[in-house]
Amino acid sequence: MTVEMDTSEPKDNIIRFEGTQDPSKTTSVSKLIELEIDVGTLLASDTNELDLKELRTNTDDYLKNLARDNTQLLFNAIWQIPSERYEDCIVAKLPQPTYVLPREKPLPKPKPLTKWEEFAKKKGINSKKKSNVTWDEVLKKWVPRYGYKKAAAEKEKDWIIEVPQSVDPMTDMFEKKAEIKAEKINKNEYQRLRNIAKGKKIKVPSMGLPPTGKLNSLQLNSAANIAHVSTASLGKFQPHSSKEKLLNKASILQKKKKGLPQPKSHEEQERNMKIVNTILNKGPRVDLDKAVNKHIHSEETEASDRKNNKRKGRGGKKKKAGRGGPRNAKDGKKPKVDSQTSPAAGQPINSNPEHFDESRKCAIIAVLTGSD
Amino acid sequence: MATVEQTFHHHRHGYYCMLDLQPITHKGKKVLQEREPKLIENTKQSIFFHGRSTSETLRKCMKDLFQLKKPDALPLKGKHDILPMEDSSPIETSAKKFDSSLFFFGSHTKKRPNNIVIGRLYDHQILDLVEFGVENFKSLEDYPGDKIPIGTKPCLLFAGPQFELDPTLKRTKNLLVDAFQRETVSSIRLQGLEHVIMFTTHENKIFMRSYRVLLKKSGTRTPRVELVEIGPSMDLTLRRTKLASDDLFKIACKKPKELKAKKVKNISKDVFGSKLGRVHIKQQDIKRLQTRKMKGLKKTRQEKLRHKKQPRKS
Repeated sequence: MTVEMDTSEPKDNIIRFEGTQDPSKTTSVSKLIELEIDVGTLLASDTNELDLKELRTNTDDYLKNLARDNTQLLFNAIWQIPSERYEDCIVAKLPQPTYVLPREKPLPKPKPLTKWEEFAKKKGINSKKKSNVTWDEVLKKWVPRYGYKKAAAEKEKDWIIEVPQSVDPMTDMFEKKAEIKAEKINKNEYQRLRNIAKGKKIKVPSMGLPPTGKLNSLQLNSAANIAHVSTASLGKFQPHSSKEKLLNKASILQKKKKGLPQPKSHEEQERNMKIVNTILNKGPRVDLDKAVNKHIHSEETEASDRKNNKRKGRGGKKKKAGRGGPRNAKDGKKPKVDSQTSPAAGQPINSNPEHFDESRKCAIIAVLTGSD
Repeated sequence: MATVEQTFHHHRHGYYCMLDLQPITHKGKKVLQEREPKLIENTKQSIFFHGRSTSETLRKCMKDLFQLKKPDALPLKGKHDILPMEDSSPIETSAKKFDSSLFFFGSHTKKRPNNIVIGRLYDHQILDLVEFGVENFKSLEDYPGDKIPIGTKPCLLFAGPQFELDPTLKRTKNLLVDAFQRETVSSIRLQGLEHVIMFTTHENKIFMRSYRVLLKKSGTRTPRVELVEIGPSMDLTLRRTKLASDDLFKIACKKPKELKAKKVKNISKDVFGSKLGRVHIKQQDIKRLQTRKMKGLKKTRQEKLRHKKQPRKS
């Protein structure tokens, strides 16, 4: 083997000078152009000219020798990088690959921010990491903030709930609590869907049901069915078009018709007479209980007003007694009942528990699915 | 090869993916999430399938290539009436279905005997397609002796100046690296470097040879390398190619910002290996510098007053 100064590998030179003359044992290889080696990919590219004569006549042996030399150079480079002993074997830490390969899929798009995240970013609010458990003073133990064992702890803690004085003593506080929770869940779901719509840049109206651009087959069918029976004769004489699907037996209209018992002749006569009489003898309908209550109420208010006026002395504007309307509204106070039913009176959320009910959620879902 | 369950799993969720359905189960959701674009990507999966007709050589060849790609590969059953060079949309469909971005396609016709197409996809669309003719094929079975274990990351060698000079061959080299390099790893067991695949190019031909490595004592830390040919060995003739435009290729090669190494500012190392830091400070006010007190330099009363009027800048 020709002895050549190889500046890149001083170690090999030392070996050569030490006297490893045997070419079958040396680790050094001389090349005219140095190999391009990417240790990260375990890749070596040899751009030297090939020995064409050898390649044609003795292909396999020539390629094997070439491969051996190139592998030796690659291994020399790999053995240069820092390695460590891991259990029984030596592991080399490979650097990042430098040979550029195309990606499989495009770069991931950043997730759209939710309304809260957007707000927090604008205001510079950094959410602190909350601990998973909190100390419960009543139970005297650590209770998870949410998830596993939280519900059990809650049950243990709230086995009895006090009915506040301002509330009707017969109200079921557990039911109320469940209602409040259901509302919270609905609100959260509504906001989640709204955030999805926002991320997809779909407009969702803030009030009412949104108009759907495209009705699906189910919706169209039900609309056709409703139109079909929306005649004076409940669609009895309405001809069916050939393409129209026949009325679903489970539809409400069919059920109602089915539910009515077959009337007997004299029963029918009686019923009709009753209707006729009510129409002919049309007079003011009097609800006795309501009238009496109203009268008592007006008397009482009058009495109390008088009392108040006496205490205050002159000057107070005399209130008109006996007028309807909620009493509390007059005083400028919040209606008491409402403040109890609303879960978070201080929060600017809609206090009506029905606000975040299923229909509202469904409306958003309809918008989301309709646009896809 | 993937297990039966895995294959079934692939099939089912591939079906969902194809129809762009919403996942029904939690597991299905997880699978679809796994398929979404990622910062650090999964190992590229490859599919193997045959065209309308094949030959014995080609079947063996594809089987051996599959052996080299295991377990990141999936063989598709039966014959497929596909001409990748003419219409690649069926490949795109099945690649999307099995979430794979590499494919090996074998076909045998009178015009192009023992034809093998290696291709890759980006974003479920064909990026590069290269067609080879297989000649002088020798299978893994034809070589006696030990084989390498499944899943071994090979060392890849490329020889011949044409791989750098010829643009088609340069891209072909890139494709071959992509197809055979397996997953990128952060560390490797030195004894596990057992397999070498070399591609040598000369006159429109690529010689593919595969060797097993024997590490011999050399008297130094670095061992002496000896090779034993294990197959598959074949001479590939470059036929038709369908390569991505440079623009598209550049887009596909885009590296995410998060993975790029951050530039280290103001810290450097000198020749002796000691760390140097550059510190930026504001300009000093030399006029207020406390110097040695001397009677001659003492401030007059007027100067002192003037000094008092101008408050010290902190």
